[in-house]
Amino acid sequence: MYKIVEKKTLNKEIDLMRIEAPLVARNAQPGHFVILRVEAEGERIPLTIAGIEGNLVDIIYQKLGYSTKLLGEKEAGDTVEDFVGPLGKAAHIRDSKHVVGVAGGVGAAPLLPQLKAYKEAGARVDLIIGARSESFLILLDEFKAICDEVIITTDDGSAGLKGLVTDALKHHLEDNAGIEHVIAIGPVIMMKYVTLMAKDYKKSIDVSLNPIMIDGTGMCGNCRVSIGGKTFFACIDGPDFDGSDVDFDELMQRQSYYKDEEHACYLRLKT
Amino acid sequence: MNKTPRMKMREQDVEVRNRNFLEVALGYSYEEAIEEAKRCIDCKNPRCVMACPVRVKIPEFIKYLLEGALETAFETIYEDNILPSICGRVCPQESQCEGACILGIKQEAVNIGALERFVGDYGMEHNLADQTEVKNNGTKVAVVGSGPAGLANAASLRKKGYDVTIFEALHDFGGVLKYGIPDFRLPKDIVAHEIDNLKTMGVTFVKNAVIGKSLTIEQLMKEEGYKAVFIGSGAGLPSSLGVPGENLNGVYYANEFLTRVNLMKSRAIPTSKTPIKLGNNIAVVGGGNVAMDAARTAKRLGAENVFILYRRGREGLPARLDEIHHAEAEGIDMRLLTNPVEIIGENHIVKQVRCEKMKLGEPDSSGRRRPLGTGEFVTYDIDNIIISIGQKPNPIIKDNTANLDTQPWGGIITDEFHMTSIPGVFAGGDVVTGAATVILAMGTGKDAAHHMDEYLQNLH
Repeated sequence: MYKIVEKKTLNKEIDLMRIEAPLVARNAQPGHFVILRVEAEGERIPLTIAGIEGNLVDIIYQKLGYSTKLLGEKEAGDTVEDFVGPLGKAAHIRDSKHVVGVAGGVGAAPLLPQLKAYKEAGARVDLIIGARSESFLILLDEFKAICDEVIITTDDGSAGLKGLVTDALKHHLEDNAGIEHVIAIGPVIMMKYVTLMAKDYKKSIDVSLNPIMIDGTGMCGNCRVSIGGKTFFACIDGPDFDGSDVDFDELMQRQSYYKDEEHACYLRLKT
Repeated sequence: MNKTPRMKMREQDVEVRNRNFLEVALGYSYEEAIEEAKRCIDCKNPRCVMACPVRVKIPEFIKYLLEGALETAFETIYEDNILPSICGRVCPQESQCEGACILGIKQEAVNIGALERFVGDYGMEHNLADQTEVKNNGTKVAVVGSGPAGLANAASLRKKGYDVTIFEALHDFGGVLKYGIPDFRLPKDIVAHEIDNLKTMGVTFVKNAVIGKSLTIEQLMKEEGYKAVFIGSGAGLPSSLGVPGENLNGVYYANEFLTRVNLMKSRAIPTSKTPIKLGNNIAVVGGGNVAMDAARTAKRLGAENVFILYRRGREGLPARLDEIHHAEAEGIDMRLLTNPVEIIGENHIVKQVRCEKMKLGEPDSSGRRRPLGTGEFVTYDIDNIIISIGQKPNPIIKDNTANLDTQPWGGIITDEFHMTSIPGVFAGGDVVTGAATVILAMGTGKDAAHHMDEYLQNLH
């Protein structure tokens, strides 16, 4: 059992939890993820580590499906059944002097420790963060504390620019020829279009992939992704990859295979 | 010579068992066990013992069984094999003890597996396993993985007094016995019982610890005070078929399929939180035990047509004979000399598999006749395809341990004492041999314990 030390509501769909897990915290680095089970007989859900402090591990999750909703019902002082990590490969921090991070929705969470690492390495770090509307933006203060420039976009224009992150990115790349590297973390469709744009502007591009996973240790192969015609397991080869050759369309298809079952499961929780 | 035919084991009726996950083979009654035990002619030079990877004293335990001394029979097996109930069920007896049985030349071999199972189960029901908690000598030893190799290693080291901790990456213990082998072949309460025995003996079990990630082997030894480490992390990485279409939706590796069903209990549809999507027409690629397990599991989940695709002929099937017979009785269709060359999809969902018909050529390096393409192709309509053509060692430990020598295919290299290239770090089971059997893994786990003891004694 792993104790929830703190819980913070970031918006009505997204929470942050701080969980006591010395074996995860000990070797964790930006880019690593955990797998947790809320309760015995529960599903194994992968979540990227959002922060580490001593024995404590921060996770940020969106209450989208059955298990994340169940997790959201837990409070500080409660426990979760299983919490294992750090899994995956640590993010590859490139030797870039000017980096722009692009975050979509809950993707802001795994992006934060990566941008921190770039800042600590001495790079200029900009952020483009997008959400449906103002109330869905998360971690703005944390990003503002480390970023040289923060650009906000919302679908409805309730905060920052009205439009998509790719619109803002296009302007930003036009205005800042010195940008060397782009990191995109968010919905697959967003990462796909950010990758296309980064390639157009001849910038290197890293993405963080989130296919369906079970064990998270290279065993089941459910999380396989095609990159440049070769198959990789996101759990042990990633989850961060150079985005330029990722087959995003295949990933979107693979993510949707259990859509109906997830929905059925979620409905049961609601009733 | 005794001409009594081999005693058949009772089984669940095919029509019934095809709809449940209960054990298929029901075991011997005491009377049946005695009848079968009578068939053993107690050879002077028992070839069965030599053919057993852990040298179970087979004629001896059978003799005790015949005398009705079941406790002694159990103790006799237990000296060499701490998991008799498991091995009696999953060992490939026809290529080990029973394959060497002298009776097998003219008639049928003694059903040693069934007798071991009978005695093992008797020992389990009567709690005969020696669980004495040996005094802890204070020397810490770490065991990586709670599968057969790790369990055997931990038990042997604990008996010698070591302070043993087993680290398991998953949320439950047993390794392949838990996530891989289905209940209808190995009921999970047996695995749980064996693990409880080890706990009673004083072995510490830590779940959710991925060695190489949560803790490195270097940290175990330099920071956590472990004087020796045994790596028994198995072969959990699925081999890919390497044909177009392998990443389509509906294509499973057997590992994913079986893990969903066994470890994550997907079979409890529709209430399971980890479901499994399965249609009616299922192809399973491969001819080993895992392929048979996957095919029979698919049948039990309700698939109407389940067939095996295997590139060699019947005599090349590596699965246990019992499993092949059970699979066929359950309606699994063996499409032999058939090699998948392409998986065809529509809207990214698998629809068909295209196969080349094969013929057998000259023997290859495995001694089996090499399958050769005929240039003739056949296409089958399918809803899912389950790839089960073998597993390789998981790369996590190799990738996160400096100076650990490995084979090009990922196996850990060990010397004759089961020690790796790192002093004090030993390894055994599938992570060394590549995917093999439960008994071989157990055997090396036990043998390694002996050499680890010698190594630790000489440390001071």
